[in-house]
Amino acid sequence: MADVDNARLGPGERGVGGLREGEGLSANGRSGAAYLKDNLREYGMLLALLAIVTFFVVLVRVQIGVDFLNPQNITNLFLQNSYVIIMALGMLLVIVAGHIDLSVGSVAAFTGAVSAVLTVNMDWPIYAVIPASLVVGGLIGAAQGYWIAYWRIPSFIVTLAGMLVFRGLTLWLLGGQNIGPFPPAFQALSTGFVPDIFGPDRPNYLALVVAVVAALAILILGIRSRARNIAHGMDAEPSGIFWIRNIIMAAALVFVGWKLAGFRGIPNVAVSMAVLTILYAFLAESTTLGRRIYAIGGNLKAARLSGINADRLTFFTFVNMGVLAGLAGMIVTARLNSATPKAGTGFELDVIAAVFIGGASSTGGSGRIVGAIIGAFIMGVMNNGMSILGIGIDYQQVIKGLVLLAAVIFDVYNKNK
Amino acid sequence: MTVLLEMQGISKTFPGVRALDNVTVQVREGEIHAICGENGAGKSTLMKVLSGVYPHGSYEGTILFAGQEARFRGIHDSEAAGIVIIHQELALVPLLSIAENIFLGNERAKGGVIDWRETYRRTEALLAKVGLTEAPTKPVGDLGVGKQQLVEIAKALSKNVRLLILDEPTAALQENDSQKLLNLLLELKAQGVTSIIISHKLNEVRRVADRVTVIRDGSTVSTLDAHAGQVSEERIIRDMVGRDLAHRYPERVRNPREVLMEVSGWSAKHPEHMDRDFIRNIGFNVRKGEIVGIAGLMGSGRTEFAMSLFGRSWGKDIRGRVRLGGQEADVSTVPKAIEAGLAYVTEDRKALGLILEEPIVTNISLANLAGVSKGGVLNDATEQKVATRYKAAMNIRTPNVFQKVMNLSGGNQQKVLLSKLLFTEPQVLILDEPTRGIDVGAKFEIYGIMNKLADEGRGVVMISSEMPELLGMCDRIYVMAEGAFVGELTAAEASQEKIMSLIVREHEVLEHSEMEAAHG
Repeated sequence: MADVDNARLGPGERGVGGLREGEGLSANGRSGAAYLKDNLREYGMLLALLAIVTFFVVLVRVQIGVDFLNPQNITNLFLQNSYVIIMALGMLLVIVAGHIDLSVGSVAAFTGAVSAVLTVNMDWPIYAVIPASLVVGGLIGAAQGYWIAYWRIPSFIVTLAGMLVFRGLTLWLLGGQNIGPFPPAFQALSTGFVPDIFGPDRPNYLALVVAVVAALAILILGIRSRARNIAHGMDAEPSGIFWIRNIIMAAALVFVGWKLAGFRGIPNVAVSMAVLTILYAFLAESTTLGRRIYAIGGNLKAARLSGINADRLTFFTFVNMGVLAGLAGMIVTARLNSATPKAGTGFELDVIAAVFIGGASSTGGSGRIVGAIIGAFIMGVMNNGMSILGIGIDYQQVIKGLVLLAAVIFDVYNKNK
Repeated sequence: MTVLLEMQGISKTFPGVRALDNVTVQVREGEIHAICGENGAGKSTLMKVLSGVYPHGSYEGTILFAGQEARFRGIHDSEAAGIVIIHQELALVPLLSIAENIFLGNERAKGGVIDWRETYRRTEALLAKVGLTEAPTKPVGDLGVGKQQLVEIAKALSKNVRLLILDEPTAALQENDSQKLLNLLLELKAQGVTSIIISHKLNEVRRVADRVTVIRDGSTVSTLDAHAGQVSEERIIRDMVGRDLAHRYPERVRNPREVLMEVSGWSAKHPEHMDRDFIRNIGFNVRKGEIVGIAGLMGSGRTEFAMSLFGRSWGKDIRGRVRLGGQEADVSTVPKAIEAGLAYVTEDRKALGLILEEPIVTNISLANLAGVSKGGVLNDATEQKVATRYKAAMNIRTPNVFQKVMNLSGGNQQKVLLSKLLFTEPQVLILDEPTRGIDVGAKFEIYGIMNKLADEGRGVVMISSEMPELLGMCDRIYVMAEGAFVGELTAAEASQEKIMSLIVREHEVLEHSEMEAAHG
């Protein structure tokens, strides 16, 4: 067989060694601009977020004369977007698996209402309310996932039904009334801050320390994985771009930490968000469970013939989505300090938009947790910035819609290029 | 004879690749002209240039059609000139009727209102021309692939075609449908239709083509004239691969040992026709170090049988017993079948085998993620090592294992698919059409891999529509017809005639018994 191969290889591609060498050259010797062009999508999102933030910093300064990135507003950005980010984690898995969940807004409202009834009307303690509400969310996810996974009913239809059903059940449970207020322990889910272990005075050193440690961790992990990629002959990022990207990210983290330190420190929701993000990124990229979810979205039939239990995985993604919607529901309720029949209206659209802006494919099989988070922040910064500028809700919706469309068009354009 | 089409000095460059380099093709009025070449030789690119998919200006060289220079800016232009391509993947809408498909985009209508009487009248005329006796109102999805192909040709004829181009027209057809199609081509030729046929099946090329142009690595190698006695399979292969293929099948010392897998009483029902068994009481065995073939026409139930065996991936009400390595084996789900040491390599690698958007490395590990992980956490380094090992062992030609599978040639994709299942450490492999749609050189490599697997003491079951391939590779051949095994032949006694006669006899027996049942 050996001479067959050599006969079929043209000059210049003979032998693997030659190829490896050529590749090393292309990775290091190629200009950064060319690399950026090839990986436009990956950097595009980050650049878009950076551009949008800069845009608002300038505009808010010029128009209103305040700092867009003042400590209080940064804290607000976390508080306002926590629920979108938390649900985007679950939605990414659902979309990667090739499905959609339209019910998350209603499910969040319903679990919020359940937690309100348990806490306010029935005086349950918080350590019982939280798990109970998560279980309710999980059960709702299981109820929907059952029809989708085992009866093969399209998720669009099942969750559209769920959207109506749980909105209705929320109204019924609350009797059309708001329930509140909540005890401080419950409110702390959203509006609480991590106490400073270095002392109660300002500035909050803990925030700064955590930010610096996180920035260092990003740098070290980045360097390690880049070295590993080069060792395995992957097309690695040129060093210039690698350092610029990582230094910007580390600097942004330290900047945010410094700003938070000047206000009340790290919000509790930021901690849950960060922990969940790391957990889900790990699940999506480094576990067999995550890999299988990508596989069923990428090619369901091939995955089944590879011995993957697609039905069970689909079921899992919906249970997981339900649990996260439950958590988001409690956080929203805690933030508003009351459960309202209207809570969570339109959340599903923000969450789904975040995932698609973050680069997930609408046909399943691809998309990253980091992308979904950046997508959520792009939506969040726009919401926040436009509100500060006093742009009407009418224009806000038009602009958000166009940004979503532009992101997906950009995606498709990139793929066809 | 006058020249209908002349493509002169066609060159086409993609970023980093010169796909076509000074290709020249000349097609005479009223002939059947075959274009042969390995996958990736540039045949499809050439056809895309001809049909205007790559518009004038995006390539170098000139196209003369019917004596005039053609500057097509799109398929619309080339179709207007009378050039119609029928692609490998048929472009029919399954839920629409034959008539609706034929006139799709070209409706017989007055002011936007379809004239159904005219539509059906012309459809009937066209169907008569291609020899298809079906009602024009029948949905295309209810027809077999062979008949769908005829509908495509009728559609082309409806457009007053001057040059008909068929891209691998018989790839998905079984033997007798292929023969019918080739006869139709000859008939159309007699009526003055010029056609270009692109095919891997050299016996068919030899049968119908007047002249053959061979393309290799984007350049024209030769134009052979059948009437001057220049067309032979050996000559075409030599020009295609640029060397002699002394032996189309690699040598192997045949050394079957003890029985490895034994299937008995295997029956299954079609999920949509639950009234009777579709797979009927199959029993067979494969020994260690043996390559066993399953011959049969398309529709005989070969794939369905193999998939029902592999974790009940097809069929309902499946019965039967499987013994593997002397023990009763549970193959009731895909994971259990894999666990028991069975592997099935699908015939449809794109739809059922690979995740095209994913790189080689993720595809190879997919069926055995436990082998590259610990406690559910993937080990990237191990995974890449495994993939790199198979890349070397299978000779997957690509710079590294991080390439997306969709960018690979058919042969390399097939090797990735094989690697994926080999990584499950199977004892018995069922290979369903392992060489479909891949070029001659890659076929030879796949045969070599199969021989190696048998030498390692595994059992290999090969399902194939190409009888020469079965005869060249197998130690034993089971013949399948109408969902049952109707005969078993050793390598020494097997021949194409014997296999066909077993199949035909079964068909006659069945027809007879059905008639009896109808009368009784």
